[in-house]
Amino acid sequence: MKKKVFQLLVDNTSGVLSRIAGLFARRGYNIDSITAGVTADPRFTRITIVTDGDDEILEQIEKQLGKLVDVRDIRVLEPDNSVYRELCMIKIEADAKSRQGIIALADVFRASVVDVAPDSLIAEITGSQSKINAFIDLLSDFRILEIARTGIAGLQRGTEGVIWLEEEDPRF
Amino acid sequence: MNGADAIAKCLIKEGVDTIFGYSGVAIDPFWNSVGKEKIRTVLVRTEQNAGHAASGYARTLGKTGVCAVTSGPGATNLLTGIATAYADSIPLVCITGQVNTDQIGSDVFQEVDVTGAAESFVKYSYLIRDVKDIPRIIHEAFFVASTGRKGPVLIDIPCDVQLQKIGDFEYPEEDPKMRTYKPTVKGNTVQIKKVIKVLENAKKPLIIAGGGVFLSNAKKDLRAFVEKHQIPVVSTMMGLGVLPTDHPMYYGMVGNNGNQYANRAMRECDTLLMVGARVADRAVAAPDMTFEGKILIHMDVDPAEIGKNVGPTIPIVGDIKHIFADFMEEDFKDKHETWVNMLDLYRDSMKEEHHSDPEFVNSCAFVRKLCHEMRDDAVYVADVGQNQLFSCRNIIMRDRNKFFTSGGMGTMGYSIPAAMGVKAAERDTQVIAVCGDGSFQMSMMELATINQYDFPVKIVVMRNEYLGLVREHQHYSYDDDYNMVFLGKDPDLSKIAQAYGIGYLRVENMGEADERIKEFLSDDTTVIMEVMVDPMENVSER
Repeated sequence: MKKKVFQLLVDNTSGVLSRIAGLFARRGYNIDSITAGVTADPRFTRITIVTDGDDEILEQIEKQLGKLVDVRDIRVLEPDNSVYRELCMIKIEADAKSRQGIIALADVFRASVVDVAPDSLIAEITGSQSKINAFIDLLSDFRILEIARTGIAGLQRGTEGVIWLEEEDPRF
Repeated sequence: MNGADAIAKCLIKEGVDTIFGYSGVAIDPFWNSVGKEKIRTVLVRTEQNAGHAASGYARTLGKTGVCAVTSGPGATNLLTGIATAYADSIPLVCITGQVNTDQIGSDVFQEVDVTGAAESFVKYSYLIRDVKDIPRIIHEAFFVASTGRKGPVLIDIPCDVQLQKIGDFEYPEEDPKMRTYKPTVKGNTVQIKKVIKVLENAKKPLIIAGGGVFLSNAKKDLRAFVEKHQIPVVSTMMGLGVLPTDHPMYYGMVGNNGNQYANRAMRECDTLLMVGARVADRAVAAPDMTFEGKILIHMDVDPAEIGKNVGPTIPIVGDIKHIFADFMEEDFKDKHETWVNMLDLYRDSMKEEHHSDPEFVNSCAFVRKLCHEMRDDAVYVADVGQNQLFSCRNIIMRDRNKFFTSGGMGTMGYSIPAAMGVKAAERDTQVIAVCGDGSFQMSMMELATINQYDFPVKIVVMRNEYLGLVREHQHYSYDDDYNMVFLGKDPDLSKIAQAYGIGYLRVENMGEADERIKEFLSDDTTVIMEVMVDPMENVSER
């Protein structure tokens, strides 16, 4: 099983996310994470999907996604020429005594503390999945109450492969 | 002008002359507007059959079929028709009425999320929320349905959008500019050269032709290429008729229900050119094993089909007609005469004789006799089940004959409504629907439609009082423990025929088959011919 990161540029139509998620569900492909957001051009949405499977499945995923009428571009983000980031928020049980220890740990990871309550705090960390996993591992001495992760968003490095969106469109 | 008027005008612009469908409040504005245009409407008796009739119509004329039904149960009834067309890549535009825009999502009367329900078996779907989008969406829908790998497109239109006023109406003349949809038409030149080189060196080349050949309107082009280089051809079930049965280069149908000599050709060839066929499980049961050690060239308009079931040596994506035109430009010397001679020997020596109880009609012999008597331009529509397999294994196709069936989905009850669609498309064509007593009872309500619109169909009912193919499966897999396959007391078909005012004939044994078949096909009226076949007859004899 290999992990692959697909980046999709899709038409920002209603139901486009459901069409994509539905395709994964009915063909039995796995979604590790999916993130979606509008691009600089509001007509398009960029979606990052992390999935796994053997080579044949990954090839089929790419082809089947390519068949969807709304999908304008699909590419694989290779680790050596792409940047991936994920945001993660962690709520940790913390009283006055343990608070300083957590904050020190957060500093090492360039995580920031975004909320402090009498008996808990929320740390926010952005980075690669392995960095986030390492941070969570180190917090195991404390009691983690809740975790919310966004899944990764990614872009290819450099200008090669950038799609220059046409200005004019008969629909707008 | 309101939205519904605009839709009707768009349909005229798309060259639509016939719409199959059913009415209901949510689609009423549409029918009202269509009624003002020069479009023939055909009211079927249940919505599923509107889809099948549109499919028969589309396959006959090679254009997009259109059907329209109401919201809720009308839309859900149509789903099987849509899925059936999707599985066989038949271009349809399916229009469903929907509840008013402001009621969507509130579970009002006859509301169903049909675009959601149909999502996984439409090529694309639209829910029109703004009346101004109508011309663009209709235009795109026909374009998407009829290009690339063809298929059904669904347009869901709320009732209030149909009634909204639309100001200026302008229909786009050129093909729509769709940012995200650009099907490949021309095959890659490098790949084409590679294929030619491989074919030149092949000692045992074989073409497997599928339904894609018809969808691309490439029957003539394939034949020209095959005749030029004497390359043997076998077909899938959907490809039946790519070459006439008696063509010297035609070697039968492959698959677990196909001809032995065709399967043998597939096993023994060294180079396989798969044309518009998707290596489906029924045609090639174990693709990895079958293609081991062979050069496989897979030609399809849908890149996702290539490599889905088996990894090809050379993939070519594109429209078959274009690719064969490019092939014809290339000259090469074929050197596989011994292979052709060998296949001839297989074909002659492996004639399949089917033995059955002489008390009954022999299904295989019957199909051959029926084909012998049918007209040169007849369309043979087979239903699903034993009738279908006996049909495709024994059918005799001449150059202009067509064979339709529900291949991918295996939808029982397809033949009669699809045959109706054929007749709607070409009134003078002879059309024969061959079904079993199971599938007949799934679609016999359409006899009323056949009468109302004068679409005479020749209906063969192979009667065995069983759902024969499943019974056969239970014979082999469950040791004759038959469950849910006995149809019990079949209705008296002579009385059904009488009730609908149509002809009726009955064939009890082979002795009277010739005479009855001649009588059956002697005129252009609807006739039910009930054929008494052996209830315990099996398609495959193990």
